[in-house]
Amino acid sequence: MGDLVSTRPEHATALVTGASKGIGAAIARALADDGWAVGVNYRSDEAGARRVVEAIESAGGRALAIHGDVTNGAPAELFARLESELGPVLALVNNAGVRADGLAIQLEDDDWGRVIDTNLTAAFRMTRQAIKGMIRARFGRVVNLASVVGPRANAGQANYAAAKAGLIGMTKTVATEVARRGVTVNAVAPGFIETDMTADLPDTVMQAVPARRAGTPEEVAAAVRFLASDAAGYVTGTTLFVDGGMSA
Amino acid sequence: MATTISPEQVEGTVRDALPQFGVDETQITRDASFEELDVDSLDLAELSQIIEDEYGVQLKGDDVAKIKTVGDAVDLVVSRAA
Repeated sequence: MGDLVSTRPEHATALVTGASKGIGAAIARALADDGWAVGVNYRSDEAGARRVVEAIESAGGRALAIHGDVTNGAPAELFARLESELGPVLALVNNAGVRADGLAIQLEDDDWGRVIDTNLTAAFRMTRQAIKGMIRARFGRVVNLASVVGPRANAGQANYAAAKAGLIGMTKTVATEVARRGVTVNAVAPGFIETDMTADLPDTVMQAVPARRAGTPEEVAAAVRFLASDAAGYVTGTTLFVDGGMSA
Repeated sequence: MATTISPEQVEGTVRDALPQFGVDETQITRDASFEELDVDSLDLAELSQIIEDEYGVQLKGDDVAKIKTVGDAVDLVVSRAA
């Protein structure tokens, strides 16, 4: 029965991991703008998360700063707390990510493991938890922050590329598993975006970007906002590149 | 869960749940197979969630794979809860 066109229930809450700054913070604000209550997850930057919550509240939205290291594998508590304080978590944005760069020949096991654990395994565990409630609600949105790195090579980031390519594969498969419950799973793949995480990259990288400029966190957030919206109910399993044409 | 759960209780939960997956209520019997009822793996995963919420009994993927009929599901939940 392909008759499930679902709309976002009232009090639906979006959980954005790693939302105290950069792209995550922009996503939290954009979703709040679109009417979502937002769980602003952070690991260490409590002050940053509080600033995001204040910005959302002063614009008339609802938000909660919620501490939790996504790699510690206790998503059930995070979800339960958000549900009791804001509402059922019907959107999950797996944004938390780390880098530990080095040529493959020199990459330590720890650098490999940390990047895979945070960028891929944690996203899977959060997704597994989130879709339980979403399939019951017959509505849900999962958006995974992938990267142009993964689909494309980037010397010095074998770990990051593996994790992000893995996220895209996971996105496609989980999308097909839950599609008939009104739950969509998509990825957004940013290129070079102006954040702390890319602040140390040389200016010459812009030569690889057809748009000849870095993107902004708000431009990435706009893509996430769309994928989380009712309007994107028939978009699932896809990856939306926000990369100034890099992957074209 | 320390409390005893009766097969009738569990069967009632299953009967309430299955129509949410598009199953015709009149087709639900203890001997009906999930295949005949057109209940697929995602439906069974969701049914497992409902049972876990209601009775605190966790059914894993291996358990669910062994369940063929409505009666199998009921018996498994009752035996786990005992």
